[in-house]
Amino acid sequence: MIRLPVIKRPRFDFWFFVKAAVILSMLFFLVYPFSTLITRSFFSKNTDGLTLNNYASFFSKKYYLDALKNTLSISFISSFACLLVGAPMAYLMTRFNIWGKKVIYVCIILALMSPPFLGAYSWILLFGRAGFITSLLAAIGIKAPTIYGMGGIILVFTLHLFPYVYLYVAGALSSIDSSLEEAGENLGSSKLRRLFTVTLPVVMPSILAGAVMVFMTSLADFGTPMLLGEGKTRVLSVLVYDAYMSEIGGNANMASALSVIAVITSLSVLLLQKFYVARKNYAMTSLRPPKVIVLHGWKRFLVTLPVVLVAFMGLLPQLTVVVSSFIQTDFTGFIGGFTLDNYQKILSRLATNITNTYYFSAVAIVFIVVFGMLISYILVRKRGKIASAMDLLVMFPYVIPGSVLGVCLIVAFNRQPIVLTGTAAIMIISYVVRKLPYTVRSGSAFLYQMDASVEEASISLGVSPMKTFFTVIARLMLPGILSGAILSWITCINELSSSIMLYGGKTSTISVAIYQEVMRMSDGTAAALASILTLTTVASMMIFLRFSKGRASLI
Amino acid sequence: MQSHDVGIKDAVKMYGDFKAVAGITLDIKRGEFFTLLGPSGCGKTTLLRMIAGFNTIDRGTISFGENVINHVPAHKRGIGMVFQNYAIFPHLSVADNVAYGLKARKVPGSETGPRVKNALEMVQIAELAGRMPNELSGGQQQRVALARAFVIEPSVLLMDEPLSNLDAKLRVQMRTTIKKLQRKLGITTIYVTHDQEEALSISDRIAVMKDGLIMQVGEPTQIYKKPENPFVAGFIGVSNFLDCDIAGQDPNNAALTVAGYKIKDVRLSRPFTGKGKIAARPEYLSLDAEGIKGTIELSTFLGDFIEYEIMLESGQAIQLNEYTKDALSVKPDGMEVRVALDASAIIVYGEGGEVLT
Repeated sequence: MIRLPVIKRPRFDFWFFVKAAVILSMLFFLVYPFSTLITRSFFSKNTDGLTLNNYASFFSKKYYLDALKNTLSISFISSFACLLVGAPMAYLMTRFNIWGKKVIYVCIILALMSPPFLGAYSWILLFGRAGFITSLLAAIGIKAPTIYGMGGIILVFTLHLFPYVYLYVAGALSSIDSSLEEAGENLGSSKLRRLFTVTLPVVMPSILAGAVMVFMTSLADFGTPMLLGEGKTRVLSVLVYDAYMSEIGGNANMASALSVIAVITSLSVLLLQKFYVARKNYAMTSLRPPKVIVLHGWKRFLVTLPVVLVAFMGLLPQLTVVVSSFIQTDFTGFIGGFTLDNYQKILSRLATNITNTYYFSAVAIVFIVVFGMLISYILVRKRGKIASAMDLLVMFPYVIPGSVLGVCLIVAFNRQPIVLTGTAAIMIISYVVRKLPYTVRSGSAFLYQMDASVEEASISLGVSPMKTFFTVIARLMLPGILSGAILSWITCINELSSSIMLYGGKTSTISVAIYQEVMRMSDGTAAALASILTLTTVASMMIFLRFSKGRASLI
Repeated sequence: MQSHDVGIKDAVKMYGDFKAVAGITLDIKRGEFFTLLGPSGCGKTTLLRMIAGFNTIDRGTISFGENVINHVPAHKRGIGMVFQNYAIFPHLSVADNVAYGLKARKVPGSETGPRVKNALEMVQIAELAGRMPNELSGGQQQRVALARAFVIEPSVLLMDEPLSNLDAKLRVQMRTTIKKLQRKLGITTIYVTHDQEEALSISDRIAVMKDGLIMQVGEPTQIYKKPENPFVAGFIGVSNFLDCDIAGQDPNNAALTVAGYKIKDVRLSRPFTGKGKIAARPEYLSLDAEGIKGTIELSTFLGDFIEYEIMLESGQAIQLNEYTKDALSVKPDGMEVRVALDASAIIVYGEGGEVLT
């Protein structure tokens, strides 16, 4: 037999160029900034060459160690509190005929989707030194509990983030096959015993996944600890900001070291959870979803009450800011009486911030959608070494807190030849880098379900792979990707932690302005700005819920 | 319709060190209905996808007519393909699905309409032209897929287990539709299936595959009646394998000894003496006064024939079918019988599995 040579030919097709473009952009906007950050963390103003000075001072000074301790305690306790609130909520909502279930569901989602620092701000409006409720209670001689400090931060995180646990657990609970619980009952378990010995262990991985989301989000959050910590309760994200912004010229090296520590913390928690879940994942195909228990009269009221209360508390911040945005203020705070002054003020003074917010987010979304589709296609259909590398890279921003990404981009792009600091581009880049993982994840989930033969059919009918991608695959992915994009849009318009590091004179956003107005004690305008964000969020959320019809996952 | 013959020469597909297709050479004639048949993992789909252009060809060549197509990208090969799971575009109507390939070929609109209509008529779903795919049953979707594939007048039509997702009744119905259509259009067709009955009923020729290699190529009757090796004999239909001693110095008048029972007047293709093996179909065995001793383990009445599971004295179980019209009655379980072999219908293999008849 004649042995014909092995034929290998490099393939410079459409996907080759897409892969190259994606890898290059990732190297440039993610790997390069992050390596610069790591490098910078080993330099110090006081010494020449590489040094461990920054890390040495971190682990020797109480100031820094306290911050690490605070960060971990706050994140840990918040996760635990969210678990205690979210898991029972999910159980009640999935297993009983709660009154107004759909409305409550929307409220829970809105609590999660509200601007992250809005909670802190409105709790200050209620329970702060000059808060409505504080003053009300003071008038009758009662001293209200303080909202400032660690307790307040944990309360705000819990009410803002419990929906993560809720969504994960509710998802798991409704996919348990009812025969599993019936088997437990059959074997003689009491209902309560069954809950703790069968149901709970099975949904445990979901509970933990939700708790880890809470942990990472609270660890990365900047606005809440900044507003409620008042410089006394310091956390890592705030220190990163302080180290860079404060003092004379700021200390980018120390900020870099702090950033590296924040990323390592966040990464270890994620890996810990991945390790646990990988070992204990009860894949389940629910043939018969669990039945909803129908209660009547006072019993039904009793299960509805706690759910409604929690949902209301979660929604309270939004209600508070919207109401207070219509109240007259002077330099002492709110003085009562209906007014539209606050809106007039922000329209005349802060119109740029408003247009910036929508403009940056819209541009970012376009990039997120296009890149998200291309990357998820490569990850699912073009598996190989390049795809694996891409998978790792694209998911990395998941563990990078916003303020850390801010520092990354600053240290990378504040010197010649590439100066991007203070431009709209750097803001948009930070939004795209941070939100891309979510879109890629939902895009890949969709593609895994879609059989590859649909696109092969198109190719065999004479349509090139590139044209097939745009006319068939992209077309089919679009509904799912767009619902995901609405969620990304919501998080972009509310983004504070990296915007506050990256904004320049002309590129400030609504969230940055709210932060500054609150700091300046200009509560009326802050409330009006926050209301604009809240209303946009609610409207976008409504579009999402109508549009997605359960196709896109919120988590 | 410009149909091509397909030439495959020493084609190899590697997955790491594993040879999915281990050097296959085939010549498929113009207008032929050719089937790749084999168990799962035999490489039949891999080979089909190499022809389609979805798998690279690591070694060897594939050509359409005179042209080697190894490096022609899939979308320029001018093939029509029908997939196992239909692969209908869910966002396009039935008519738009069928028109898709014509539009890609820039066929003028005035021509597209009639061609789509004609194609849908040929698969008997003209009335569904305006429907969306999610309103169609599996069988209807497969008809759309079929129309979509042949409306572009492909040089070769490829089908990857197109009937395996349909229920038994529809499968037989679609089988007939496909066969008639192919005869009418005369498109060179390569069909992949693991279902031997389907392959036998639909094909002009069949290649039986195993472990990335061709075990036998031939017309359905050839493959059924003269399996060239025990694998084909066992894979196509049911065969009983029995060890035998062959005394065949004279190939025209050889004698076999099976479990002490002597079969005379066997014709071999060449002289052979030694140990071997015979393959006998259940319907070529009969219950007789003479033959191999055995006991009926289980008799099953299946309407047109009776199936007996017989335990031979050697401890080997065999299957024997008796046509109801030839049988006086269904013989009871536990009955002692003798099994006779039809010397003209058994296949004899040498020790290494080489065919001797």
